[in-house]
Amino acid sequence: MTQNKVIVAHNLVKTFKDFRAVDDVSFEVEGGKIFGFLGPNGAGKTTTIKMLTTTLAPTQGTILLDGHDPQRAPLAARRSFGIVFQDPSLDGELTAGENMKLHAVLYGVPRSEQAGRIETALKFVGLWDRKDGFAKTFSGGMKRRLEIARALLHTPRILFLDEPTLGLDPQTRNHVWEYIQTLARERQMTVFFTTHYMDEADRVADEIAIIDRGKIVARGSPEDLKKNAGAATLEEAFISLTGHAIRDEEASPRDRTRTMARMWGRT
Amino acid sequence: MSIIYILWLRQLKRYRRSRARIFASLAQPLLFLFAIGFGFGPTYQKAGNGNYIQFLVPGIVAMAVLFSAVFSGIEILWDRQFGFLKETLVAPVPRIYIVLGRTLGAATVAMIQGLVVFTVCLLAGFHIQNYGLLPVAAAFMFLIAMLFTAFGTTIGSLVEDMQAFPLIMNFLVMPMFFFSGALFPVKDLGAILNGVLRLNPLTYGVDGLRGALTHEFVFGIGPDFVLLGLATAILLVVGNYFFSKIEV
Repeated sequence: MTQNKVIVAHNLVKTFKDFRAVDDVSFEVEGGKIFGFLGPNGAGKTTTIKMLTTTLAPTQGTILLDGHDPQRAPLAARRSFGIVFQDPSLDGELTAGENMKLHAVLYGVPRSEQAGRIETALKFVGLWDRKDGFAKTFSGGMKRRLEIARALLHTPRILFLDEPTLGLDPQTRNHVWEYIQTLARERQMTVFFTTHYMDEADRVADEIAIIDRGKIVARGSPEDLKKNAGAATLEEAFISLTGHAIRDEEASPRDRTRTMARMWGRT
Repeated sequence: MSIIYILWLRQLKRYRRSRARIFASLAQPLLFLFAIGFGFGPTYQKAGNGNYIQFLVPGIVAMAVLFSAVFSGIEILWDRQFGFLKETLVAPVPRIYIVLGRTLGAATVAMIQGLVVFTVCLLAGFHIQNYGLLPVAAAFMFLIAMLFTAFGTTIGSLVEDMQAFPLIMNFLVMPMFFFSGALFPVKDLGAILNGVLRLNPLTYGVDGLRGALTHEFVFGIGPDFVLLGLATAILLVVGNYFFSKIEV
């Protein structure tokens, strides 16, 4: 049944000059499942997410998102997913409601449905009473919830989450995962997420793929991964698969700008 | 259409809400008006060139539009690194709509800035020679605004690092302003400087604006309009091209 494979990646390769960031990666995600994509820093997670979400062209390989090829039909592919980026991507100078409205227009939500859907989505994440607050005044957790609400506005079949709980306190993290699990269960939404918190992945993921140095080194349910590695926790299994060495990443201009932005209080 | 409109509206809302920015970006042109205008005015008059404020004001208005437009274009740098740009780039919308919405919004903001500075100049004693030509002056302002928003978009799409911002201001934008005839008359310059000015598209914007407001054309309204329009069209295409190449 390929019909039910909502995300299909086949032999994906991405090279930057002579560096193979993603090296022959294949996986499939069934509809309504929560798929965790784990790996150390620099393993190729973000590059893979970028290729899946149409912002980076693969060097080789094919992708299908709900049946659409992001390279050949980028607009149809983009309509099929919602995404919560690693960094906040809200316009802080706009209110929560205005951020939502802008998204609705960008995604072609019919005018007559906009107000209703915005209300439903904001109520879902508990931000309806803050709809007139400026996004820049929101806490990290509130921003995340707003981004999740926004990603749901165009009722996508797939939700991408790139480290959605980074920098959040445990209470907020639990909330965020509750929303996401509800979505997968009740709306049959397919969720693809990355995280560094192994306990979260263990708790919420139906299936996990671990990527290291551009290759997938293990796949299966959290239970399978633990059993195969003879480990008590997913974290132990992760470390036995990927080793103890700490991966260094060079700071890109983006990281530097991020630091500056924090200094200027823009994020 | 609704996509272009909502992105245009976003720029205007952002502008209205950032009072500090409005204030800061008005300070510089007004400083030039008062310090240079009233400072050099008597010398200019003694040299037999007439009233310096009458000469300078179109240049100052062009300056306000120029800086505001470039700055808005470069805002992409901010939007790009963490903010909002990713949200627009993964939206199921051809990028040209995004560029058009942004550019029109930023150019409108630059126009407003120019009009505010112009109003202050009127209060400071500037005389409009021919009210009938005001729409022509507005058209020139709009072209300058579009041209330099597109220029800013190009820079913002090519450069990844915020550290480059002072470099861009000091090595591209300031020289473009100084070598545009905004501050001094073009007609008495030596061959080299004259050549430099003629290569600068802002020169034709300043000349057109000055001509429309005070009848002091050097190149004439037709050539100004054609050359400025051509430069604007080219930069819009270039800006759109580089914006469409952004990978986030």
